This record gives sequence, structure tokens and C-alpha cells, in this order.
Amino acid sequence: MDSISTGLMEAFRLILTLDSDLVEIVLLSLQVTVTAVAIASLIGLPLGAWLVVNRFRFRRLTISVLNALMGLPPVVVGLFVYLMLSRSGPFGVLGLLFTPTAMIIAQVIIVMPLIASISHQTIRDLWAEYHDLLISLNASHAQRIKVLLWDGRRALITAVLAGFGRAIGEVGAIMIVGGNIDHATRVLTTSIALETSKGNFAFAMGLGIILITVAIAVNLAIHTISKTERASTW
Amino acid sequence: MKLPFNFWHATVAALFIATSAQAAEIKVAVTTSFYNSGLSDLLLPVIKDDLDLDVQLIVVGTGQALRLGKAGDVDAILVHSRKAEDTFLAGGFGTHRRKIMYNDFVFIGPVSDPAVLAKASSASDAMQRIKATASSFASRGDDSGTYKKELSLWVAAGVAADDLSTNWYHAAGAGMGATLNVASGMNAYVLSDRASWLNFGNKGDLELLYAGDPTLFNQYAYIPVNPELHPHVKTDLALALETWLVGPKAEELIANYRINGELLFTFNAVRN
Repeated sequence: MDSISTGLMEAFRLILTLDSDLVEIVLLSLQVTVTAVAIASLIGLPLGAWLVVNRFRFRRLTISVLNALMGLPPVVVGLFVYLMLSRSGPFGVLGLLFTPTAMIIAQVIIVMPLIASISHQTIRDLWAEYHDLLISLNASHAQRIKVLLWDGRRALITAVLAGFGRAIGEVGAIMIVGGNIDHATRVLTTSIALETSKGNFAFAMGLGIILITVAIAVNLAIHTISKTERASTW
Repeated sequence: MKLPFNFWHATVAALFIATSAQAAEIKVAVTTSFYNSGLSDLLLPVIKDDLDLDVQLIVVGTGQALRLGKAGDVDAILVHSRKAEDTFLAGGFGTHRRKIMYNDFVFIGPVSDPAVLAKASSASDAMQRIKATASSFASRGDDSGTYKKELSLWVAAGVAADDLSTNWYHAAGAGMGATLNVASGMNAYVLSDRASWLNFGNKGDLELLYAGDPTLFNQYAYIPVNPELHPHVKTDLALALETWLVGPKAEELIANYRINGELLFTFNAVRN
């Protein structure tokens, strides 16, 4: 209990003094996660819609696999990306290991199935409504995907935010591929793991509180910008 | 039709902080015990000033540090496990081994000291006392230098691996700090390097109970990764760093590094 209350104090102290190391860590956390979620959304949202409007042989299997991949263990993803990017791996020449780019790659793999699965679910419900209209207008597959994504945009925010939530709190994969290097690849979650391992529980708790605050701020910002929860637009 | 991604584009663009060209960088894999000692926080800024070199530390166990060196993912390693280092060099993965400094391993345990380690006459005796009383013992249980040391101590004490019953022997499979956390939570005995222990923030009811046996000597050595196997390795920078680490400035900083008045490391590099 003591560590929790001192953790709160520590969090306030860090925020109020705008500790420069903390600012750097928070910005890198956001840079990595937002980039990863943006890339994963660019792939995942159209993929979810594509799976709705297309009928093909292994559709059910594909969707099941995608759903199952929502539970991908980050450590395994981290290990896989590590082996790919290691100097002795196939993409070693790129020299990407222990860089923020490596962390983004790992997070895209972790988050993309989640975003695709949730958007698939959302758009499937919308498709049931739009099916007859779009078919009678003789819309092409690309047009159908566009319409469904646009009209389902509010619900799709949930898919993107779920991806953001998983990515911002992830530690297993980015620890392996990022290496938690001070001033280079250290983010909030890896800092928390490090401080816990040093037995600095209050400081680790403080960082945890900041992580949650950042996550809430980002969610609030997105809801505000996209004008959800308002009477005229719900 | 407008796509809903505009917001994301803007955010990504805003958050992409261009990394401007600056000081040279070198990646060094170091052991958790070295990092947890806090010595790196003291040395790195001075290295940056003197050599204009950003030393990026990958903090892992000795086993993983050696693997990173083998794969060429780092430019040099700083580890503490003589046998593993010799195998590494024999395999041609490093150019040479340079002694830098040493500290020692210490036995940590609960204040109540059920195995009476405070009266132990040697490291072997301490191990036998823990075994005889079946007192809780937290082991690293990973591929680290500290774990290798612990295993060799059990062998020296005549305790077979089969005798390490899970009733009292707990392999944490984690770094030094995490294992100290386990020991603190279970009130267990644990073998730690002195530096990690002194810098540990969650001591709870634990205290240092036994130290001083010469077999607990813990030598840290620096090994640059072999550029013949990995041409991309920054050998020049690795050698510049080595020269600095064995130099008078490093000696002074290391020799004067204290926590709570206790000396942590003894500098013993040989200058050419």
C-alpha cells in the first residue's frame, strides 16, 4: 500500500516538474505506438471490410485465424521479429534491431489482427443493412469497402482504440526488439519493468500512473476530435 | 470521398521526431548486475564528453549478451563469466578479452537467518547450511554469469543438482533485480553480486549475511565483437571505448564509486 501512495506522489512530482527524461520517454512511447497503430489501421481496417464483402473458399478459416491472432503472445512476436532483424537473420543487413523502427514492426504485428477482427465484426453488421442497397447500385468491391468504412467510422474508432490500448501497454515484444536502451528505445512500459526489477516500486508505480493518464488523454482527444457522444451526431 | 485516416496522418507526422545527425553510437551488451550497480549512469556521460560517443547499453544476462555478440547485434560485450567468455573467444566471436574491474558475490538472506549463514566459514559451507536446513533459496535460474557461479558453488559444496528440491529451491528465471524481488517476497536466501544488492530498493527483511570467500570473486571483462565475422561492427569505436575504460579517468571513477560509503568495484585493468 505504501508504494501505491508514494507512487501517486511520485507521478505528480514527475508531471509537475516536467522531468526531461520522462518527457522523452512519453514522446517515444507515443511515437512508437501511434505509428504502429496507424500502420496497423491502414492494413487492418480495409482488410476487415474486404473480408466482409468478399466470398471465397477459405473465408471462415481466414477469419478464425485472424481472430485467434488477437491473442498472439507479444513475447513470441518479439522473438520472431528479433530473429528476422538480427544481424544473423534474413533482414540483418538493414541494421534495424534495437531501434524504434523494430519496435513499431513488432507492434504492428501484434495489433493488426485485433484491429482487423474488430472492424470485421463491426462492418459485418453494417453490411447486413447496406447489402441490398449496394448490390442494387451495382457498386464495385472497392466502392463497397469505401462506403462501409466511411459510414462505419464511428464504430471503427473502437477498433483503432483497442489497438492503441494493446500497443501502449505492451512490454514483452518491445523489450526484446528495442532493448530498452536509455535515450534511444526506452518507453514507459520498459521503464516500468526496469524500475520494478531494481526494486524501485514507488517510481515504477508513478510511471504506471502516467501511462494510464497518457492513455486516457489520447482516448479523450480522439473522441473529442471525432465528435462522438454529442447529441447531434451521437 | 474523404477517408477517415486524415487525423492519423497528421498525428503521425507531428509525432515523428526526426533524429538529427549527432554523436557516433556504439551498442554494448552488458550484464544486468553491471547495469543495476548504477556505475553506467556515472560513466556514460563522461564517455560522451570525452569521446563524443553515445554508448547504448543492451542490458541482459551474460548468456544473452554472448549470443548478441555472436550474432553481431552489438559491437562489444561486458560480462562476468570466465568459462563462457573463453568459449566465446575460442569460437572466434570476439577479438580479445580485456579485464576491467571486479567485485564479489555475496549471500543475502532473511534477518532471522535460519541457516545461520552469518557463521559460515566458506562459500561451500554457506551452501551446505542452506541445503541442510532446506531454507528457501531464490536462484536466478537463467543463463547469467551469476547463475553459472551459483551452480559451480553447489558443485563445490558437494550438492548434486537432483538435491535442489523445489520445496525450498526456487528458480526465478529472471534478472538479478527480479530475483532479489522474489527473495524479498519469500524471505529467501539469494546469491547476488554486491553492486546489485547495494543498489536494490526493495530490501525488505533481507540483509547481507556472508561474503569474503575468494571463490566469490567476480571479474568483469570487455570483449569487442570480431569484425571478420561481422564487417558492420564498429571496431574502431569499440577499441576507443576499451582504451577509455582501462584509462586513468575510468580508474578514478570506478575506484571512487560508492553506495552508502561502500566501495562497489575494484579496478584491475592492465594498461599496455
